[in-house]
Amino acid sequence: MLILAIDTSTSAITVALHDGTRAIAQGSHLDARAHTEWLAPLISTCLSDADKQPSDLTGVAFGVGPGPFTGLRVGMVTGLTMGHALGVPVHGVCSLDALAAQAAELVADGELLVATDARRKEVYWARYAVRSGSVERLTEPAVDRPADLPDEVRALPSAGRGPVLYPELFATALPVLDVDAAVLAAVAVARIETGEPMPVEPLYLRRPDALTTAERAARK
Amino acid sequence: MSAEQPLVLGIETSCDETGVGIVRGETLLVDAVASSVDDHARFGGVVPEVASRAHLEEMVPTIERACREAGVQLRDLDAISVTSGPGLAGSLMVGVASAKALALSLGIPLYGVNHLASHVAVDIVEHGPLPEPTMALLVSGGHSSLLLVPDVTCDIRSLGSTIDDAAGEAFDKVARVLGLPFPGGPHIDRMARDGQVTIDFPRGLTTGRDMERYRFDFSFSGLKTAVSRWVQAKEAAGEPVPVADVAASFQEAVVDVLTRKAVLACREQGAENLQIGGGVAANSRLRAMAQSRCDAAGIELRVPRPGLCTDNGAMVAALGAQMVVKGRDASRLDLPADSSMPVTQIQN
Ligand SMILES: [Zn+2]
Repeated sequence: MLILAIDTSTSAITVALHDGTRAIAQGSHLDARAHTEWLAPLISTCLSDADKQPSDLTGVAFGVGPGPFTGLRVGMVTGLTMGHALGVPVHGVCSLDALAAQAAELVADGELLVATDARRKEVYWARYAVRSGSVERLTEPAVDRPADLPDEVRALPSAGRGPVLYPELFATALPVLDVDAAVLAAVAVARIETGEPMPVEPLYLRRPDALTTAERAARK
Repeated sequence: MSAEQPLVLGIETSCDETGVGIVRGETLLVDAVASSVDDHARFGGVVPEVASRAHLEEMVPTIERACREAGVQLRDLDAISVTSGPGLAGSLMVGVASAKALALSLGIPLYGVNHLASHVAVDIVEHGPLPEPTMALLVSGGHSSLLLVPDVTCDIRSLGSTIDDAAGEAFDKVARVLGLPFPGGPHIDRMARDGQVTIDFPRGLTTGRDMERYRFDFSFSGLKTAVSRWVQAKEAAGEPVPVADVAASFQEAVVDVLTRKAVLACREQGAENLQIGGGVAANSRLRAMAQSRCDAAGIELRVPRPGLCTDNGAMVAALGAQMVVKGRDASRLDLPADSSMPVTQIQN
């Protein structure tokens, strides 16, 4: 097995190669504005670091968000196109799940929150339970103003850039800011092994920011 | 690869069409386009986020369809080309990222090329090699440019462009004034056939000092305002608006300026050929007037078929194939999407 993992839903452009047991190569670059420029060279470097060819891949996994749309799509279309060109399966992973898996290594059993930057003074978030190393999502990913999250949710240990952007609203910030593709790869590999469905639909959670002509007329 | 007949797949996502075309040298094999125009009609104009979402959804299916219809396997390709600008940033990024993924997966060169240069190059697959130089008039919802093209792979000079609205944009806005649906071009064209040119609307930048300062530039916002005022005056007077006549008169004003300046440019620059491209090239009055003015001036007019005038992947593939044939360097994998790429920059 050789899975290429990609995520561009957070400020990190991150890629990793996973052989089914462990990540054998990885690379990340922090730049929330240059996903298009960085992603392909990172993949290329990652493959050569591991002394692999694209044709060695057996699958491509990528984060499907939620995350700022423009960057998110760069990673998704790259994964979808590579999967098609190489004739290998593609696997979608909720990007918040990867962050939860990263954070789970830092907390004892219990619950945690992932809250990432959704811009427009909102966060993408989901609540998770950690039990002896395994992570389970308890809520569907959502987008809200951080102050509108229930108090007991904001009190949980929190991963993602939400707690950094709104420190007064979150009790405990965990030092996990952006997705790490090596962890996303491990999440994907575990799901491939259990046969869990991994849809490749983007998690936008917001509709496009425009009114139809009918809606504009109704407002007048 | 065959240096003379390279098999090139081109991707175009600068606006609302997801286009994938495949050419072998100067021969078009397939032009697959998925348009999100119906999604935008509900909004009365192109919404960038709606376009970008559609590109992500349609990208791989359109690549698949193009290969299937052309009977081509991806592994047979010699190169990938892609529109790297100008256009809507979010839309461009989907195509550029997909093109890189193809080039990387297949281990073949990638060419990031200019959208406007591709509009010019597409005529190679329709009418054969471009005369050098060619004069090109590109008119669409996004551009109105007059270009002198000594060599489409490395030398394009901008003689003029719109200083406000693009020609197609003027069609859309006037269509809205007349209560016609988006996109306005085809509706105005159809409506104008039932009308007469009865109103003398202004021809922007065509007289006196303007012809010195803005010799080959265009301006359509004053025309749009004039149409809108004329219609309002009719309505205020309680008279019916002769929609067909307004459409015909507006269209005549646009087409008159475009063809007059294009033919003048050919004469002054010594170009014996005029090529018209972009979505507005489908306009029947533009084609007719350009033909008669070119005939009168002894200029050969070349207009690709309408499907190749609007945004499509074939034009990007056509330019990519020329880049390979002429031995231009491939682009690097860190190629950006450049929403404001100048027309003089043919490759990124
Ligand atoms: Zn165009």
